[in-house]
Amino acid sequence: MNVIFYIAAVVAVVATLRVITHTEAVHALLYLIVSLLAVAVIFFVMGAPFIAAFEVITYAGAIMILLVFTIMMLNLGQAGARQEKNWLTARLWIGPAILTLILLVEFLYVFTLDRGAPVSIRVISPREVGETLFGPYVLGTEMVALLLMAAIVGAFHIGGEKPKNYHRFFDKKKEGAL
Amino acid sequence: MTAFPLQTGLILAAVLFLLGLIGVLTRRNALFMLMSIEIMVNAAGLAFVVGAARWGQADGQVMFLFILAMAAAEVSVALALIVRMHRQHKTVDVQSLERLRD
Repeated sequence: MNVIFYIAAVVAVVATLRVITHTEAVHALLYLIVSLLAVAVIFFVMGAPFIAAFEVITYAGAIMILLVFTIMMLNLGQAGARQEKNWLTARLWIGPAILTLILLVEFLYVFTLDRGAPVSIRVISPREVGETLFGPYVLGTEMVALLLMAAIVGAFHIGGEKPKNYHRFFDKKKEGAL
Repeated sequence: MTAFPLQTGLILAAVLFLLGLIGVLTRRNALFMLMSIEIMVNAAGLAFVVGAARWGQADGQVMFLFILAMAAAEVSVALALIVRMHRQHKTVDVQSLERLRD
């Protein structure tokens, strides 16, 4: 099981590296989906089969489809890739990369400070997750429902095309007023 | 029932989070910035699931479900903003949007 975890971890890190260094949006998105699938494998190894299925269905399925359709609608093409290549110079990314590497070293230090004994993984069944979700966390579930509703309304309001003419009645009224 | 060193899971979450952070800090394309934010959110969820495995409780996985719903809401609104930005300014470059007014 540990071997599976390490292989999936390496795949996830390499795919994520390709996401942040790729210049073409669609290829970067494919690498991002690979990274999410690798993380789903890690969830499965860690005894969370329900969460692994959710990661594949919702994250790699639904949310990534939204990004695919947006990239299709924007139709950036070759010009966008060329522009990205121009921006990805070492002068630009070396500063943030070095500072983030310092953060990574700190993280590694903190996590390896107390190397606890390896725990045995217990598979947490979907039934248990569901009972917790609708038991103690039922208020959070309601709030998530409200958040999703607000997101639908907000996305429709921001992204929807505003009609130029509402109705011929209003046009006539405006002409008459002017 | 396998023995498992959980520090490696947390280290993986940290590496993925910082890769996403590098992406947000270095890219100018709004789409790539959004993808990097997705990477960071996913890494935070991975840390929650590692916590769930550490204590053998379902709470961490419930938190991951909440994070998932939050990410879905955030992506839908952010993509609507990007589509609007492209429609008004014909670009998805965040640096060309120096003024928020058009």
